[in-house]
Amino acid sequence: MFEVFKIWKHQGKQYIPDLTKPVLPTSFFGRPEISSKPCAEGCSACKDICPTHAIKLEPMTLDFGKCVLCNECTRVCTEEKISFTSDYKTATNERSRLIVKEGETHPITINEVLVRKEIRSYFGRSLKLRQVSVGGDNSCEWELGATGNPNFDFGRYGIDFVASPRHADGLVITGPITENMAEALQICYDAIPAPKIIILVGVDAISGGIFAGSDALNRTFLDKYTADLYVPGNPPHPLTFINGVMEMIKLKKGWF
Amino acid sequence: MEHLTIKNNESIRLENIPVYTYYDFYDRVMELHKNKACHCVNYFGFDYDNKLKFICCIADDQERNIHIFSFELTKDKNIQLPSLTVDINAYHIYEREINENFGIQFIGHPWMKHVRYAHNRADTTILMKDHPFIKVTGEEAHEVGVGPIHAGIIEPGHFRFLCQGEEVLHLEIQLGYQHRGIEELYSKKKHLLQRTILSESISGDTTVGHTLAFVQNMEAFYELKVSKRIELLRSMALELERIAIHTGDLSAFCHDLAYQLGSEVFGALRTPIINFFQFWCGNRFAKGLIRTGYNPYPFTPELKERLIKLLDDFEFKFIEMADKTFSLPSVLNRFEKTGIVTKTQTEMIGAVGMAARMAGVKRDIRASHPFAYFKQIPYTPVLLSGGDVYARGMLRNLEVQFSIGYIRSLLEVLETLPEDTTKYDTSLYQKNLPSESFSISLTEGWRGEICHCAVTDKNGELLKYKVKDPSLHNWMALALALRNNEISDFPINNKSFNLSYCGNDL
Repeated sequence: MFEVFKIWKHQGKQYIPDLTKPVLPTSFFGRPEISSKPCAEGCSACKDICPTHAIKLEPMTLDFGKCVLCNECTRVCTEEKISFTSDYKTATNERSRLIVKEGETHPITINEVLVRKEIRSYFGRSLKLRQVSVGGDNSCEWELGATGNPNFDFGRYGIDFVASPRHADGLVITGPITENMAEALQICYDAIPAPKIIILVGVDAISGGIFAGSDALNRTFLDKYTADLYVPGNPPHPLTFINGVMEMIKLKKGWF
Repeated sequence: MEHLTIKNNESIRLENIPVYTYYDFYDRVMELHKNKACHCVNYFGFDYDNKLKFICCIADDQERNIHIFSFELTKDKNIQLPSLTVDINAYHIYEREINENFGIQFIGHPWMKHVRYAHNRADTTILMKDHPFIKVTGEEAHEVGVGPIHAGIIEPGHFRFLCQGEEVLHLEIQLGYQHRGIEELYSKKKHLLQRTILSESISGDTTVGHTLAFVQNMEAFYELKVSKRIELLRSMALELERIAIHTGDLSAFCHDLAYQLGSEVFGALRTPIINFFQFWCGNRFAKGLIRTGYNPYPFTPELKERLIKLLDDFEFKFIEMADKTFSLPSVLNRFEKTGIVTKTQTEMIGAVGMAARMAGVKRDIRASHPFAYFKQIPYTPVLLSGGDVYARGMLRNLEVQFSIGYIRSLLEVLETLPEDTTKYDTSLYQKNLPSESFSISLTEGWRGEICHCAVTDKNGELLKYKVKDPSLHNWMALALALRNNEISDFPINNKSFNLSYCGNDL
């Protein structure tokens, strides 16, 4: 028993008291910014090198829902036009908000107009999610698992992952949606009682990522339903997911 | 008959690979396998010049070289060949894969089922929903089907337990749900950077292991030699990845035993290790760190300082928790003699990595075919003999401690190595691959042996990129472990292997 107390003492306090406050190191690849200074004459190096064609020119935009965060665009650019901030609050409910435009420096936020009314009234105090990996490479899955670890402890707000879709309020999708999982995904979605939400986690789920164009995928599920939250990243940091969900449901902490 | 052997991370001309008839090929395989030090690291086929070409790579762990040989077939729907699996069981998975991709029948193969139901399989009328499961009959016999979606945040796969009462007679594992068409994408996506990103996504928990195999192949093709410093950093990243995942796995072990303290402490201990990756390269899974020919994220003195401190703190807390966990009677009760895979079984199925070392089979690429800095500072693998859940847990515990020691010796050497002067150079992206060439790279990821083979065509385009994750072999070990165990012991057995679904399905 004494050994157990020693372990407790050595571990100390592990949890992050306020999940909206942590500051990530500057090395972290968060929300990109594109400065408005001019490009070098006739240069398209960043667009040409982007492995997922996330960059468009004139005017320059970077689709964070396609970006795999390889950082090559900042390396090839001679004018330091693109930079990645350490801002991890990048989840949004509107796909177009992930497309960062030249000169924009404002944070990526939830579009309040698009949030369905029932999401906040039903799930504002508790949200149970069913995660389904449909071709995910297991990094997004590890990060979602980490949201429940002693550091983040998302469960403290009544938000966690459940085993059965029948106990769930929503579906969390990771991976580019493979043909071989398409049917199982649909069955799982149908088994969740309404009202229900869909959260796409990771670049692969949002746009297919590096797998876009593969013949082994079947993304028709996303033609049928609109996602309620896009959580970009490769994989997204647990805090990106946590803050996105908290904003979406306007989490009510405490009794009132 | 001429023979050819090459070293790990070597590239050769395709024409130099001996082409045998299938019967000579068969004899050659049998002959090599008489030597206990030999095991097959890859055996695959591809379209070549309107024919089918099959290359077999058998590694000799004693001589530290790899035998490469091949055979060719004309394209025909009704080819039948005698199966190697009859004599050497480990070939079962390769022959199943070849059957799935090209429709070739292997006579005598006991188990000819699809491996992953790939979108480009030879016969698309064979459907996943009709998978030919083994049937069990008897008064108390019943089947329990689980998945593809499991009760947790994990990848999909279908498990079918054939049970007699509470006892599992056999577990049949059917995968393929994660199939993303990776091997085909290697040829479709032409840019080196795209292919590197693909390698990082084969299995996101083994980013360093898989990406390293890929870049070593490319460096062999381009005849690039990276500096000793880069090699050292690659070895260090690989060991850090091992520490992080092993610690996370131990947390999962404890979680499944309902041992709360172990689960939470190991879970929290993993965080600083992956956060170190984030400090180093911006990504907690080291995506972006391993690149062909150069190192994009220099290892600064500040990082070194941070790592030394981190390892000291981590080691103390890790050992404290591990000692407690592995001495608790309630833990040992569930660990010991649960899910035993014998040494003989392990050798029969060709298990690799942890799944081999926990049963007394010394199979570790770091020692047998050293790459990166393992050539300079030899690594001595940890070997256990139990073959049970305890051995798989203990192996992780010991490997974490060994890896910490290994990283410390790397850090000592680091100072003596000159700073890396290789600059970021995009001209590499325009460089063509050599035509009609073959290259092989083996690395030891945390799960075990990773093998990547690359073949180029006349124009230097990638004709075939073959990826083999250790899980391809080791799933069978999980199936064997469950035999004669209670079905309630499945979760702890499954965690003890922690195999990759996406690595198998590609």
